[in-house]
Amino acid sequence: MNAVPLVSAHNVHKSFGHNQVLKGINLEVQAGEVVVILGPSGSGKSTFLRCINHLETMDQGAILVDGTQIGYALRGTHLHKVKPGVLARQRSEIGMVFQQFNLYPHLTVLQNIVEAPIGVHGRSKTEAEAQAFTLLETVGLRDKAHTYPRQLSGGQQQRVAIARALAIKPKLMLFDEPTSALDPELVGEVLATMRSLADQGLTMIVVTHEISFAKEAADRVVFMDGGVVVEEGAPREVLENPSHPRTRAFLSRFIERV
Amino acid sequence: MTGAAPAAPGLSDARQLALRDVAQARSPRNIGRWMAWGVALLLAADVAWIFASNKSFEWPVVAQWFTGAAILRGLGVTLGLTVVAMVLGVALGLVLAIGRLSENRLPHHLAGLYIWVFRGTPLMVQLIFWYNLSTLFPTLSIAVPFGPELASWKTNDLITPLTAAIAGLALNEAAYMAEIIRAGLISVDSRQSETAQAFGMTRGRALRRIIIPQAMRAIVPPTGNQLISMIKATSLVSVIAMGDLLYSVQAVYNRTFQVIPLLMVAVLWYLLITSLLSVVQSAIERYYARGEGGIVVPMTPMAQEATA
Repeated sequence: MNAVPLVSAHNVHKSFGHNQVLKGINLEVQAGEVVVILGPSGSGKSTFLRCINHLETMDQGAILVDGTQIGYALRGTHLHKVKPGVLARQRSEIGMVFQQFNLYPHLTVLQNIVEAPIGVHGRSKTEAEAQAFTLLETVGLRDKAHTYPRQLSGGQQQRVAIARALAIKPKLMLFDEPTSALDPELVGEVLATMRSLADQGLTMIVVTHEISFAKEAADRVVFMDGGVVVEEGAPREVLENPSHPRTRAFLSRFIERV
Repeated sequence: MTGAAPAAPGLSDARQLALRDVAQARSPRNIGRWMAWGVALLLAADVAWIFASNKSFEWPVVAQWFTGAAILRGLGVTLGLTVVAMVLGVALGLVLAIGRLSENRLPHHLAGLYIWVFRGTPLMVQLIFWYNLSTLFPTLSIAVPFGPELASWKTNDLITPLTAAIAGLALNEAAYMAEIIRAGLISVDSRQSETAQAFGMTRGRALRRIIIPQAMRAIVPPTGNQLISMIKATSLVSVIAMGDLLYSVQAVYNRTFQVIPLLMVAVLWYLLITSLLSVVQSAIERYYARGEGGIVVPMTPMAQEATA
C-alpha cells in the first residue's frame, strides 16, 4: 500500500471563459517522486501546475498538498476560501520555477535568493545568506552573487531562479516549462541542475517539452492532451511504448527531431 | 570553387584591407551643424548682452535683495510648504493609488471620487475654500455619527493660513500623485507580483519589496515634474496671506517700486531651486535604473545643457 501522497488532485476542472482547459484531472504524487507532465501546447499542463499553488483558481475539484488545500480551509462541513494572508502562508513551502525566470530585476542575485527566506520565513540575514551561497555553489554561480539578473545569460538566470526556489526549503517544487525560453545551447545546464535535484530526492512536478529529461530523471511521466490525462506510467512505458495514439502522435514529432 | 579564388573586388591585398578598416573611417563634415552652433552662440551672447546692458534690470538692486532677510524668509516658506505638501501628497497619493487598484469596489470608488473632486477643481478655489472653512463649519468635532460628541475645536483655531495652505496644496497634490503612482504600479510586469505571490509574500510585502521599487522608474520623472510645479504653485498661497517667496518679493516692491529687479530675484531663486531638483532627480533615476545593465538613463534637459 502506498503512503499518503504529497500531492493529490481530484477531478480538477478549469475554464477560461467558454474555453474549457482542464476537464477533470486526477493525479497523485508521492513524496520524493519526480513527475514529468508532457503534452502539446494548449493541453492544459501549465494551467494545472498553476492550480496546484493556486496561482490559477479552479472551477471544480480539489487539490491537496501535504494535507493542505491551497486557497481553502475546511471548517466543519463547509469549505471556505481563505484570506490572502493565510493563502500566502499556505504557499510558502512550495517552490516554483517559471518559464521566463521572473527574477526580481532590481535585486542582485543574492538579494533575489534571500528575499523570501528573510521576508516570509523570518530567517536571519546571516543564515539566509550563508544558505544562499551554498545554493549558488550547487548551481555553479557562486561568483555571480552580486550581479544583477540582466547581466546573466538565460541559463544562468534560470539556475538562479532554481536556487531562489530551493532557498525556501520547499517540500514540493513546481517547474513551469523551465527551459522553453532558453537558447538551445543553454538548455543543458538547466536540465543538469534539475537532474541533480531529482537525484537528491526532492519532490518535483515538471511541465516540459524535454523528452530526454523525462527519460533520464522522471519516476513517472504523465501525458496530457485536451485537458485530460491521456496516459501515465514509468518513462520507459510511456515514452518507448505508448499505448494511446495521441501519445504516439505527440512523441513521433520529437523523435523526428532528436 | 577551389584553387585561386578570383580577387574579391577591393579586398584582395593587405594595402586595400588596411585602407578599408572601418576603425579609420572619418565622420562626414557637417557644416550645417557647425553653422547652427555658431548662430546659437551668437544669439546667446546677444541675449546675455541685452540682459547685462539694460539698466532697467538694475542688477545691483537684484544683488542687494537676493539674500535679503525678508526674501530668505519667503524662500524658507516656499521650500517648507513645498516639502511638507509634497510628502503628504505622495503619501496620500500612494494610498489612493492602491485603493484605485484594489479589487474591492469600495476603496476603488472612494479613491476615484477623491481624484475626481480634487483634480477637477482649481487649486486656487480649494485653497480659498480651506481658508474659509469656518464659515461652513464654525466648529469641528469628532463624534459618534448621530451620537455624542467626543472632542471639539473652533475651526478658526485650527485653520490658520499655514494649515489651510498645507491642506490645500497636499490634498490637491495627492489626486495627481495617485494617478502617477497608479500608472507606475501597473507598468510593472504582472509576472513579478505573481512570482512574489507564489513565494508566499503578502500583498503588502510584495508591493513594498518587489513592485514599488520597480514602479519607481516610471514614477520618479513625472513626480519631479509635480515637485517643480508645486514650488511654483506655492505662490498661489499669497491669496490666503501666506508669506511665500513671491509674496515677500511683492511686499518689497510695493514699498520700493523696483518691480523688475525684485521679480528677477524671485525668478533667479525659482530657477536655482528647479536646477538643483533636476540634478537630484537624475541621481534618483539612475539609482532606480540599477540592474538595468547597459540601458543608460537619459539626463534631464537641465543636466544635458550643463554637459553639452
